[in-house]
Amino acid sequence: MAELIPTPPARPPEAAAPLLELRGITKRFHGVTALENVHLKVHPGEIHALVGENGAGKSTLMKVVSGVYPHPDYDGEIHFEGEERRFGGIAHSEALGIIIIHQELALVPQLSIAENLFLNHEPARLGVIDRMAMHRRARELLDRVGLRESPDTRVADLGIGQQQLVEIAKALAKSVRLLILDEPTASLNESDSEALLDRLMELREQGIACILISHKLNEITRVADRLTVLRDGRSITTLDCRHEPVSEDRIIQAMVGRDLADRYPRRTPQIGDLLFELRDWRAYHPVQANREVVRGIDLQVRRGEIVGIAGLMGAGRTELAMSVFGRSYGRRISGTALMDGQPVDVSTVPKAIRAGLAYVTEDRKSLGLLLNESIACNTSLANLPGVSRAGVLDAAREHSVAQDYRRQLATRCTDVAQQTMHLSGGNQQKVVLAKWLFSQPRLLILDEPTRGIDVGAKFEIYSLIAQLAESGCGILMISSEMPELLGMCDRMYVMNEGRMVAEFDAAEASQERIMGAIVGARELRHA
Amino acid sequence: MHDPLTAPINGAPQTRTAPPPAPRGPAQGGSIAHFLKRHLRDYGMLITLVAIMALFQVLTDGTLLQPLNLTNLVLQNSYIVIMALGMLLVIVAGHIDLSVGSVCGFIGALAAVLMVNYNWPAFPAAMVCLVAGAIIGAAQGWFVAYLGIPSFIVTLAGMLVFKGLALALLQGQSLGPFPDAFQALSAGFLSELFNQDDPRAITLGLGTLLSAVAVVVAWRHRSAGQRHGMEVEPGPIFLLRQALIVVAVMAMSWLMASYKGLPTVMVVMVVLTLAYDFIAGRTTLGRRVYAVGGNEKAARLSGVRTERVAFLTFVNMGALAALAGLVFAARLNTASPKAGLGFELDVIAACFVGGASASGGVGKIMGAVIGAFVMGVMNNGMSILGIGIDYQQVIKGLVLLAAVFVDVYNKRK
Repeated sequence: MAELIPTPPARPPEAAAPLLELRGITKRFHGVTALENVHLKVHPGEIHALVGENGAGKSTLMKVVSGVYPHPDYDGEIHFEGEERRFGGIAHSEALGIIIIHQELALVPQLSIAENLFLNHEPARLGVIDRMAMHRRARELLDRVGLRESPDTRVADLGIGQQQLVEIAKALAKSVRLLILDEPTASLNESDSEALLDRLMELREQGIACILISHKLNEITRVADRLTVLRDGRSITTLDCRHEPVSEDRIIQAMVGRDLADRYPRRTPQIGDLLFELRDWRAYHPVQANREVVRGIDLQVRRGEIVGIAGLMGAGRTELAMSVFGRSYGRRISGTALMDGQPVDVSTVPKAIRAGLAYVTEDRKSLGLLLNESIACNTSLANLPGVSRAGVLDAAREHSVAQDYRRQLATRCTDVAQQTMHLSGGNQQKVVLAKWLFSQPRLLILDEPTRGIDVGAKFEIYSLIAQLAESGCGILMISSEMPELLGMCDRMYVMNEGRMVAEFDAAEASQERIMGAIVGARELRHA
Repeated sequence: MHDPLTAPINGAPQTRTAPPPAPRGPAQGGSIAHFLKRHLRDYGMLITLVAIMALFQVLTDGTLLQPLNLTNLVLQNSYIVIMALGMLLVIVAGHIDLSVGSVCGFIGALAAVLMVNYNWPAFPAAMVCLVAGAIIGAAQGWFVAYLGIPSFIVTLAGMLVFKGLALALLQGQSLGPFPDAFQALSAGFLSELFNQDDPRAITLGLGTLLSAVAVVVAWRHRSAGQRHGMEVEPGPIFLLRQALIVVAVMAMSWLMASYKGLPTVMVVMVVLTLAYDFIAGRTTLGRRVYAVGGNEKAARLSGVRTERVAFLTFVNMGALAALAGLVFAARLNTASPKAGLGFELDVIAACFVGGASASGGVGKIMGAVIGAFVMGVMNNGMSILGIGIDYQQVIKGLVLLAAVFVDVYNKRK
């Protein structure tokens, strides 16, 4: 790991006063303590990582810092640039240069990059926008974040990684002093993540301080100068990463308060006969009719086998999964799907479910859950006949089914009548898993199953996947986190630009080889 | 399908070590407040209705609850309630139907043409009208569900089309009167149907039966829930609510009995309300409607045929609008080109006052019915008080806004 740590650039010694200092921040919601006596110091030109399990209080803390929870709502003191500040609202903190970039980006997709950059403070005279000035200044800002796109490009036409850069440019437009990023790389692939982190290190050179909230420890150990661990609303420790590398295990230990001996469950794979097979599977883009997104995929999954699909964002992995699962993506889908060697009809979602398929989507909030319905209602949704008789729901049975899965998956909630919108990410994912377990799948397709989930819950989900495989279910796991694929899979495919470009057994796979396969495919294509 | 309770994960060998759950008893003690808070909206609506009725009862010196007026109140609102049942499902599914008023008028016109001009008997004519309504709903639903055109636009078009067709059918004239058998739908009373001179026996009998059934069903539902450790109404609230239901039903029967007994249309309305409440809350079909409205993409990826569900809500809406059109025509005993004008607004308002969410996925049948009566009682009460139609509209508009405001405010808290 050590070679990944950049040599600390020559910067003014930090004997200078901290840019931001939090002293004994305590925040309660209706008697529930969310933050207790949190201390944090961020120095100018420092990347300070904030880590902790979901629910540890990271977002709440950042909302206090940015004035979303205004002054008298919390106890403790916020000092910024040496003075105690009492923010009355987010406008107040922004005026001082504290800018938050949330996980859900705050960009208007229909507007251009330039229009987004200067939203609400357009260069204008008497209310008439000076388009030339706006364009010119947008160009400068985009150069600073290294985004080579015309300022007139619509934001909707950008990838998520590029949109992140627009958000950062937007912060620069507001003369940012302290940039707060909430899981900026959660939805980025490796190369976009790298690019983004490189930008952050450049901003550091320009003296901009940055608080980085992330679950990806490898990123943190790479870019952070110091990191603070939050656990159960308290600041546990602050570690300095500049002089000596901090091991991921040490961070995890501080986060969970215990040793995580192994991040992946041990399993002895018992791989059976061929269960599921795709032959020459193709799908075209739903709008751009001539763009082939999935280009002749052949794939096999055996009983009890966990098969991974690695690849960059946009490689066509989600598109493959969704086109197989009831043609939920794309047009002109062709190819053969076989279950136990027999062709099966998967042309609609109900048919795919009947064929024994289940698909856990990558975006659980917008594609996986009914957020304003209860856990019980979500659990039964994919198998309503299983909790009804002649079309009449048996509420008691539905309740006990939901209870059963709640216990099995250790879902933390007040009861199964609780709305899923109030659950944490990990628990929401467990509800989605419960839904698909109750549909009795033979092949479970998981798309980024642990995205945005904390370390402890990740392990529980991995264990569940392992347990399912043990029971003979085939697992197809799409993930952008290579360690996760390497830790869980018996075999993995590498997908790039709609094609399978490599296949590795667990024993022969490594991050380098997977990356090599992706890059190699690119080079071949462009050669 | 094997039992998921005994085969937890795909028929895996039992690996569970967790102890069986301690059955959660009925919510106890201090949780009454908690329960009320959680179900604030459901009870709030009912309390609002009672409060408004009490207010107008006082303001009108007791005219509101006089048997004659009460009967009229029910008759006046029956068609709104009938359409609100369908509209609620449309709104829960995430759509809207602006055409119901026009469809109502068009079907009334169709009924008049069949029965008056062509001398069709009442029953086949009514059947044809209901089917016509369903077909109208299907046509609009097809555009909305399968072609993905926003329901607002499709039904706005439908509103114009059927208003025009009603005019064309009637050639701008009122058409009537209807045969007696048809009038009985709205003007008839149950006792007449059974050739009884004294409406008391049958009215009070039905009232008693209804309250008894309601209490028994509620009790069984509650104890089944308790056995499975579900959250149920705390005992005192349950008893109080059952008592109130019995008192309300019996008082209503008593008042109705001292006039002419139960109007036929009220029986239709009560039966439909109970049926739709059951469909929405207790069947897989109803659950799918809520799923589609709550998150269409998630519902589709869970195997719900989302287009079909949306389509069916429109077919149902068309049929109910047709029924309402028949009820309205029978009540006036004439089909007028102006029939149904603006009904869609009352119907939609009833749903939103009753707690439905404009973004779909939220709303209850009983809420919509209560919402319809809140608006109806206000109409009736203000008319008795002699408040002009001008300020009635203003007040109704403000009540609608207030109801939604309270919802939004509660959600923020």
